[in-house]
Amino acid sequence: MHAFFLIAASTSVVISALILYTLVDGAIDFVREIPFSQLIDRSTQPGWFPRRERFDLPTVLFGTMIMSLIAMVVAVPLGLGTAVFLSEYASGRTRRIIKPIIEVLAGMPSVVVGYFALKFIAPDIVGPLFNPDKVQNMLAAGMGIGILTIPIMASVSEDALSAVPGSLREASFGVGARKSSTVVQVVLPAAVSGIVAAFIITISRAIGETMVATMAGGLDGSGARATNPLDPGLSLTAAMTNASGGSDNVVAGAPFQVLFFLGLLLFLLTMFLNLIGNRFVRRVRQKY
Amino acid sequence: MALVSPKVKAATRDDVRAGLTRRDKNVSGLVLQIVLLIAVTTTLLILFTLLARLFVPAMPVFAERGTGFLTDTIGSSPDKVGIWPGIYGSLIIGLGVVVGTIPLGVAAAVYLEEYAKDRWYNHLIVVNIRNLAGVPAVIYGILGLTIFVGWLSPVTSGKTVIAATLTLAVLVLPVVIITASEAIRAVPQGLRDAGYGVGASKWEVTRDHVLPYAAPGILTGTVLSLARALGEAAPLILIGAITGLLPRTSLDGPFTALPMTIYSWSAKATPPDSTLEFAEVAAAAGVVLLCIVLLFNIVAVSMRNKYEKRRTGT
Repeated sequence: MHAFFLIAASTSVVISALILYTLVDGAIDFVREIPFSQLIDRSTQPGWFPRRERFDLPTVLFGTMIMSLIAMVVAVPLGLGTAVFLSEYASGRTRRIIKPIIEVLAGMPSVVVGYFALKFIAPDIVGPLFNPDKVQNMLAAGMGIGILTIPIMASVSEDALSAVPGSLREASFGVGARKSSTVVQVVLPAAVSGIVAAFIITISRAIGETMVATMAGGLDGSGARATNPLDPGLSLTAAMTNASGGSDNVVAGAPFQVLFFLGLLLFLLTMFLNLIGNRFVRRVRQKY
Repeated sequence: MALVSPKVKAATRDDVRAGLTRRDKNVSGLVLQIVLLIAVTTTLLILFTLLARLFVPAMPVFAERGTGFLTDTIGSSPDKVGIWPGIYGSLIIGLGVVVGTIPLGVAAAVYLEEYAKDRWYNHLIVVNIRNLAGVPAVIYGILGLTIFVGWLSPVTSGKTVIAATLTLAVLVLPVVIITASEAIRAVPQGLRDAGYGVGASKWEVTRDHVLPYAAPGILTGTVLSLARALGEAAPLILIGAITGLLPRTSLDGPFTALPMTIYSWSAKATPPDSTLEFAEVAAAAGVVLLCIVLLFNIVAVSMRNKYEKRRTGT
């Protein structure tokens, strides 16, 4: 029985090895065709145009960075606020009502949020407020990604807050501190490594989020380098879904191989962030 | 047996805390409370807006099409399209995940919790599973494209629902392992000790005591991961799910899934002579997907609550 269970557990290692192998193998094919020096477009109008074999890495990196930052601006205050409210202020009854509702948001398919960003956030929120040149832009997509990542921010930081021992709060009350001082000066500092973990894991999710960026980013696989959030933009992930060609395109050459190169980049980036994030999570567990 | 049961202690603690905190009437305390309330209500408001913005445009589709929307095939006119190929694809994917991932995931969890000793390779497996759970879904799409569509094409016949099922089964495997591990870890040690005490082997204890006790927790986790597999779209785009015409559904031909119909209809321009819009049809498909995913979530959450009640009650 032991051997059988060991084999079952080892499949996960095999999966990791296969992921790494496919990504590296494909990425090498891409780099052979397109040298690194061509990955930064030095022309006056740089951009990501795979069909013309122009792969400007800053275009997709800026796109990902801008959308993820906007997502964090949405997800961090809302997620952290919800977590603090649920863990420190809400009565048992309120928590029993609100927590399942947050879980509904956590189970929301990303394609539905993509639809929401495309059909509501872009035309009805970002449009009237900021008057962008194009209806679809990185701000709307970033906000959509933010909505999708609120629950992960909320749940990881709530875990951190509830790991803070009650005795710390009681000691604070005992020396006459008010509730608000206790929360801000005792509980939050005690949970800080868990909140940092939540922050990092949320960034990692935002960077890897694909459907919202693809549907609401406003570009169809190619576009100029953009640094203004009100312009349409291409994320790493959106460039990947477009490079794959879906069901009907011819898949060959650099415009397809770039998929593996971007995938490797995304894999390394998110793994790096997750490793740091998990280290912070473990620190919370060790402390209390 | 402790003199003071934890339950009583917790209640008095709460009373003391309530007594101590009632006089939080200063300005900064009030500001903090208001800020927190705004955060929570904004989050809830976003969710309700999202639901409203999905259900309202979907209504005309259900009114106009009725069950035809569920049984017709995808196509180019929003007045005639249906989501049957999507439902078919998602059904196969769901079945595949249940049949493929759950036994494998639970076996892996049993190994990690019951059999694994403190060795370097076991640590490697644990760290590896945790990292796999954080890998973005789109990367599993690349894996599926290369391995299941490419290498295993004799088995999967290329870009088919079989390849999609295998890809999503791999995608949710780490989540299944993690939740099953947690459920198994929550089994009281006394249960195992009692089993060993009467001379049962490790496998007998696991099979007859640990797994039945952990079953509701394992089931909750797997239902949640099933919901995730059904809602995932990014890997399906990569392995080539159909967004255009799909005359017939089959295991070895072109395929699509429910999330893919929403994705493709969201961006499609409506032909001028049709009464329904593609945006409305996309919303209606979204409602169907959301109802399925939410149903799974509700089942999972209520199972967990029942399970927790049973554990704390005894």
